[in-house]
Amino acid sequence: MELFLSTLINGLSLGGIYAMIALGYTMVYGIAKMLNFAHGDVIMVGGYIIYVFMALKNPWLAILMAIIGCVLLGITIEKLAYKPLRGASPLAVLITAIGVSYLLQSLAQIIFGSANKMVTVYEFGSVTIFGVHMQVSALVTLGVTVVVMIALTMFIKYTRIGRAMIAVSEDKGAAQLMGINVNGIITITFAIGSALAALAGLFYLLKAPSISSTLGAMPGIKAFTAAVIGGIGSIPGAMLGGILLGMVECISYKITAIAPYTDAIEFSILIIILLVRPTGFLGKKRREKV
Amino acid sequence: MAMLEVHNLEVYYGVICALKGISFEVNEGEIVTLIGANGAGKTTTMQSVVGLIPKKVGTVTFDGHDITKTSCHKIVHLGMTQVPEGRRIFQELTVYENLLMGAYSIKDKSGFKNDLEAIYTRFPRLYERKNQIAGTLSGGEQQMLAMGRAIMSHPKLLMLDEPSMGLSPLLVDQVFEIIKDINRDGTTILLVEQNAGKSLAISDRAYVLENGNIVLTGTGQELAASEMVRKAYLGG
Repeated sequence: MELFLSTLINGLSLGGIYAMIALGYTMVYGIAKMLNFAHGDVIMVGGYIIYVFMALKNPWLAILMAIIGCVLLGITIEKLAYKPLRGASPLAVLITAIGVSYLLQSLAQIIFGSANKMVTVYEFGSVTIFGVHMQVSALVTLGVTVVVMIALTMFIKYTRIGRAMIAVSEDKGAAQLMGINVNGIITITFAIGSALAALAGLFYLLKAPSISSTLGAMPGIKAFTAAVIGGIGSIPGAMLGGILLGMVECISYKITAIAPYTDAIEFSILIIILLVRPTGFLGKKRREKV
Repeated sequence: MAMLEVHNLEVYYGVICALKGISFEVNEGEIVTLIGANGAGKTTTMQSVVGLIPKKVGTVTFDGHDITKTSCHKIVHLGMTQVPEGRRIFQELTVYENLLMGAYSIKDKSGFKNDLEAIYTRFPRLYERKNQIAGTLSGGEQQMLAMGRAIMSHPKLLMLDEPSMGLSPLLVDQVFEIIKDINRDGTTILLVEQNAGKSLAISDRAYVLENGNIVLTGTGQELAASEMVRKAYLGG
């Protein structure tokens, strides 16, 4: 029972982080129809910004600066690297995104060196609830994730900009005919995705207070996997896929026999899903227009 | 000066010339129709005028503004709205949300309720289905929604691209009635149609488009009576 509850909390919390990153992939895919493989590295940049500003010993300031920094970074990447390629072949955009990813990692290595940096944002400690020993940081992560996801869902459903995002993701041309500035909406989407990535960077530092230039690489790929499992382009799909993957990872780590194969298990799920249901759980078949 | 003036418009898809320098105009209060066969360049004309596809040569002025190089969403804010070919309503949104998107370009939201009521009065079916997902509507209902959505933006010039396409004869009549009605309420109309008979009957003036050229122009009645139009578009 105890093991079950703590695994559940840890799984949901890790899943929440994956979901948050996956949202960045899926929203950008839905609206700009591109895979932003540099998204994972925005998490890393967010982590380093927190590391730099923690020199001032103010976690709130560090978090705020990380969010602002990542939003500006996301917008800049889109403007400089992706916008000139609008209308180019998807392969060109994909390769550019991978290039941006390596650029960010290399820049981080040049600036901060290749050794891990230690940074403790806040010491939450642990609590015992119903006889279960848990990390408070996991609970905080879970709580913040839930709030962010509800807020994002409401934003998309009930605001003018949110609805414009749905319209653009469905039909760019028709959206323009409504007077929607598609480029503006794409910028906003990158901004939101990058802000979520900054939060994900924070949560990683809360989990383990160490940062390197490849911090975002594995979470980025895992979250991308989550987005595809849930159905890329679908916001509830990203949330579902993220939680699912987080749970699988935590459960798998608890079972000694399969623990070393956890990553393989997660990616196998992706392969199976792609074979059985190529659109993912909540993805829709794209109606191709002629 | 005409409300819409298109001068020497050329559009290319790659190396293929789709419009070979066409000129036409739409005056305030008119219903003007472009008729022509499949592939004549009707939809290309509509989409390039509104800025969805780039113009290679030529100028377009609308309501005193040179909009040749203006991007599509800005043109909408100037008062030119298009009901695109194939309707292209937002399938995943409800009927009401589609109408809300139609009003996207209107900054002053105070008139929204009245506008919405006017749409529901004009299209009672949309009221009955206001909370339904738009993708589940029938073809006729989707056309009504596409027109309602466009009217929500208070267009000075409403452009309709093949509004009768794929509809039953009864619905086609209804759509042309509605177009006449919208025009009577003070909206200028530019219509693109394959249904030459019905569209010429409601048009003040019309242009015949063939292979990217305008080959004939006149009043709706003149064209309906012309030998060439009768042979090519009205079945003898």
